[in-house]
Amino acid sequence: MTLTNDPAAKIRDKALWMRRRAFRMVFEAQQGHPGGDFSATDIMATLFFGVMKYDPARPDWPDRDRFIMSKGHATGALYTVLSAAGYFPEDWLATYMQPKSRLSGHPNRNYLPGIETNTGPLGHGLPVATGIAIAGQLTGAAYRTFVLTGDGEMQEGSNWEAAMTAGNRKLRNLTWIVDRNRLQQGAGTEETNGLDPLDKKFEAFGWDVALVDGHDAAALLQVLSAAPGDRPRAVIANTVKGKGVSFMENKANWHHGVPNAEQFAQAMKELV
Amino acid sequence: MSAPAAKTEGLFDCREAWVATLEALAAADDRIVVVVNDSVGSSKLNSFQKKFPDRTINVGIAEQCMVGVGAGLANGGRIPFVSAAGCFLTGRALEQVKADVVYAGFNVKLVGQSSGVAYGELGPTHHSIEDFAWLRTLVNLTVIAPADAWETAEAIKWAAAHEGPVYLRLSRMPVPNLEVANRVFRAGKAELLREGAEATIIACGTTVHRAVAAADLLLAEGIAARVLNMATINPQDEEAVLAAAAQTGAIVTVEEASVRGGLGGAVAELTSAHQPVPVERVGFPGFVPTGSVEWLFNEYGLSRDGIAAATRRAIQRSGR
Ligand SMILES: Cc1ncc(C[n+]2csc(CCOP(=O)(O)OP(=O)(O)O)c2C)c(N)n1
Ligand SMILES: [Mg+2]
Repeated sequence: MTLTNDPAAKIRDKALWMRRRAFRMVFEAQQGHPGGDFSATDIMATLFFGVMKYDPARPDWPDRDRFIMSKGHATGALYTVLSAAGYFPEDWLATYMQPKSRLSGHPNRNYLPGIETNTGPLGHGLPVATGIAIAGQLTGAAYRTFVLTGDGEMQEGSNWEAAMTAGNRKLRNLTWIVDRNRLQQGAGTEETNGLDPLDKKFEAFGWDVALVDGHDAAALLQVLSAAPGDRPRAVIANTVKGKGVSFMENKANWHHGVPNAEQFAQAMKELV
Repeated sequence: MSAPAAKTEGLFDCREAWVATLEALAAADDRIVVVVNDSVGSSKLNSFQKKFPDRTINVGIAEQCMVGVGAGLANGGRIPFVSAAGCFLTGRALEQVKADVVYAGFNVKLVGQSSGVAYGELGPTHHSIEDFAWLRTLVNLTVIAPADAWETAEAIKWAAAHEGPVYLRLSRMPVPNLEVANRVFRAGKAELLREGAEATIIACGTTVHRAVAAADLLLAEGIAARVLNMATINPQDEEAVLAAAAQTGAIVTVEEASVRGGLGGAVAELTSAHQPVPVERVGFPGFVPTGSVEWLFNEYGLSRDGIAAATRRAIQRSGR
């Protein structure tokens, strides 16, 4: 642990802990989606430890900032960040995917505090986040809504329906972060059903667009904590699937690959 | 009626029968194409894609588009096998299935992979236990849940030759081959696996071999239960169900699905209208907790012992 007041250093510490802990969960359960956990980890650590207003003792505090995990398969990242944020004890993480566990393979808001909505089927988070942002606009509430989607996930039409709605309604309190790791389940996004140029698409739908290195805590902090403009904001976070473990980086098969004992030990050596 | 002998041995992943059969059909008929949603690997279609790259249409993670594209391909004279995880194929694209495929009447083969609770720990979003209830209401859609690798292969061949929409509900859960003498696949017809006069166990898909094991257990106790493999959920083999009700007086249905509206629902609708008998429905009551497939099967009584217990209850209720 680094002793410093540098907010980015704190975020990096939390992210390191999350990666190690999430990978142990996946190793012990022999299930999970570690590639997408690792591409999203720094983004989520930045939101929870540098950007969002929330109180883990009051998960239903009406003015809390909302985080919607649309890529619901990345529960390694989600459960570790919520636990680190104080929503539930760390030892619950050891029950990941066990029978009757609150830590299901995909998140359930009725099982755990800190989860705003159930996800797992892709393309659901942005419409729900849009509704949350409209509610905030209607009531004049000060909260902000952050939604994280995958990039392959953007092939779902529901995202574009919501993008149009949010753009037309000028939902300035809404931030959409795309985990742009350029891989989906089976292959690259561009060889499957290409998404580029994403920035131009977002602009055409009425969104402000920011590009950021999704593993640079200082840069993420700056972009995500910037004051809202007058339109919804899309942040394209360029990331590496499997980030932090040499043999996992940019490998499609680590989407839902699980480590053997040797790979687990190797990852623990690298994640320091 | 003499009961054909059914033994079980070894376990097989029916997806292997699915790909081997599809590849053979595609080699002989270039109208056959597959449509997938980033599901090449999970549908075991990697080698199909290598052999027939132009006939593998991956629309990405976009199930509604996928089913619509399937309907369009059928309009263009192709025979599309639209293959995706059962939960997303039927749940996400239900309106496309209803309107574009069944109502429009296109010759599309919908293939639900890893159906039921095969994705155990991934939870109810990834379970496909509502599909029977949703799809059974679409009258012209043939719904088939094969019980083993042989039946999977036969159902695929039948679907390819059949002119009309079909939903094949496959699983990745390993199952034994049912050994049935002189076996012939007949869509829409129940297959008799055990003869018996005291109750009838009607099962489909991954639960059939468990129903057979339950009947064997009961027989050792002196209870002779009939076992029907009801691979075709829709249209229902009404003759076999009504005969079972009249001749055995008690029915147990077993499905890796919700107890509402599926196989059990179909049997209960029919018997209550024409031949009322006690019907015990074995399946899932609704959303289930997280847990492995085996844990879920045992917890909800989709096991040999659970099915045997349901059969004893049905017999007791029948008062015979
Ligand atoms: C509607 C739907 N279709 C298919 C899936 C299966 N699935 C789970 S994750 C995934 C790939 C997601 O890729 P991406 O959005 O790029 O996420 P990441 O790379 O961040 O893991 C797929 C196809 C799903 N969960 N939901
Ligand atoms: Mg991705």
